[in-house]
Amino acid sequence: MSVDTDTVRRIAKLARLAISDDGLAPMAQELNVILGWVDQLNEVDVSAVEPMTSAVQTSLKKRSDTVTDGHIQEAVLHNAPLTEHGFFVVPKVVE
Amino acid sequence: MTDLTELSLAQARDGLRGKKFSAVELTDAYVAAMAAARLLNSYITETPDRARDMARASDGRIASGQAGALEGIPLGIKDLFCTKDVLSTAGSHILDGFKPAYESTVTANLWREGAVMLGKLNLDEFAMGSSNETSYYGPVVSPWRRTGDTAKLVPGGSSGGSSSAVAARLCLAATGTDTGGSIRQPAAFTGIVGLKPTYGRCSRWGIVAFASSLDQAGPLARDVRDAAILLGVMAGHDPKDSTSVDRPVPNYEAALTGNIKGMRIGIPAEYRVDGMPQGIEAMWGRGAKWLREAGAEIVEISLPHTRYALPAYYIVAPAEASSNLARYDGMRYGLRVAGKDLIDTYEKSRSAGFGAEVKRRILIGTYVLSAGYYDAYYLRAQRVRTLIANDFRAAFEKVDAILTPATPSPAFAIGERNDDPIGMFLNDVFTVPANLAGLPGISVPAGLSDDGLPLGLQLIGKAFDEETVLRVAGVLEEAAAFTARPDSWWRS
Repeated sequence: MSVDTDTVRRIAKLARLAISDDGLAPMAQELNVILGWVDQLNEVDVSAVEPMTSAVQTSLKKRSDTVTDGHIQEAVLHNAPLTEHGFFVVPKVVE
Repeated sequence: MTDLTELSLAQARDGLRGKKFSAVELTDAYVAAMAAARLLNSYITETPDRARDMARASDGRIASGQAGALEGIPLGIKDLFCTKDVLSTAGSHILDGFKPAYESTVTANLWREGAVMLGKLNLDEFAMGSSNETSYYGPVVSPWRRTGDTAKLVPGGSSGGSSSAVAARLCLAATGTDTGGSIRQPAAFTGIVGLKPTYGRCSRWGIVAFASSLDQAGPLARDVRDAAILLGVMAGHDPKDSTSVDRPVPNYEAALTGNIKGMRIGIPAEYRVDGMPQGIEAMWGRGAKWLREAGAEIVEISLPHTRYALPAYYIVAPAEASSNLARYDGMRYGLRVAGKDLIDTYEKSRSAGFGAEVKRRILIGTYVLSAGYYDAYYLRAQRVRTLIANDFRAAFEKVDAILTPATPSPAFAIGERNDDPIGMFLNDVFTVPANLAGLPGISVPAGLSDDGLPLGLQLIGKAFDEETVLRVAGVLEEAAAFTARPDSWWRS
């Protein structure tokens, strides 16, 4: 499988990364080198193998459904690039 | 008084308890060493004032008989750990100005036992790299140089600030994280000990996430005993990390009995890779001989899917990274570059905030997870991962631990390998399998290359059997008697 510049444009959009038109072809080339190398996994017969989903088999612990924190508005907003009246300020989303 | 920075963590701990010197004196020695070593670029943020405050508090607790396990011990913290009110960057421009309102569980455990924070250590951006050259804050320089050569060498990565600082005596020990070798490879490059615990042994809460099914915190230290002491404090169950395991934390220091009589140590045939320098092959053989002389039995084993570990890793890790790094959108913290609308602001912020290596991995991860490719790449890689874990499971029915080289080469020069991403990935060929299988691994300095650079041997153990790993590592360390040190050319 080989990646072309349209695919790079599409996945960059999905990843919310802006890539200039000049940058598309070199990036496609870079990705193809890596994807070509990982293609060696196709040599392995995995038809009867379950995918590994966690490194250590454990059952998830349960905890009581109680509030453990809250009322920390100042701490939540403290690193925001822009705030107003106790809210995050973001670019206009709805026209 | 002798130079306090020459003491090991265990020696410093005993000296503090015996009141031979104060925690403030010890911390001052490190603050001075740190300030005189800025050429190495090991620290992104130095916190000398906080360190002195913490040291004063430690002296108070020592005086009143309330000393913790690491009371007064000055440590460096990889800047992937969130530290309350202290800039936490992950080596990335996108976290500009980020001062967490909370403390990572691992660092909180260290402070609870009295450790002193010297500062935040440089790293590859979001821990993505094997040479510490991808940091927004510039490359870290290794204190080591080749014999008769002044070329600046990499300290390994991604915990390159940690390895450089420990090797140059700019902290007593450091925290690191290891997703594909990021503790063990830099430790091997700088002649120190690096331990990646079993997945789940240490909490990941408050550590900036790279690949969540692989990331694990661990210590970089001057010797095996120091690593054991640190792990004992870093490890433990944390309700805030559902993958952290609720089982008792053993006394790891007590595991260092020096007795490995009757143990079976596996030598995996598949780790003899093409082009491995003769010096590394020879050191591996010496390591096996040392363990045999100490009473262990050396057993040839096979881990047949080893060669597929790296390509599987370079699907799984970028896939998880692309998902984890989706949170950096410039809205709630870090860098925001204003655009014409919301989407444009996201794209501008992320494009300005992430470096080239991080972008490349996000794109690979997005691609392998995208519609139509998920089964061919991600699911296949996860199946291969099962095969790799099964290889280890079968091997551990025959042996107690596995001995391999830590890296396929010694450290290289800064800039030397930047044109070849796959060549850079190959640094981690011996360390990645343990991450995929979730197993503990340690790198122990075992000799010097022909050009005078440190080389490490790796031991891989069964899940949650850090004690055996540490015990065998202790024997290896004693037999290797690695005492070489870099000249302090960097000191100003």
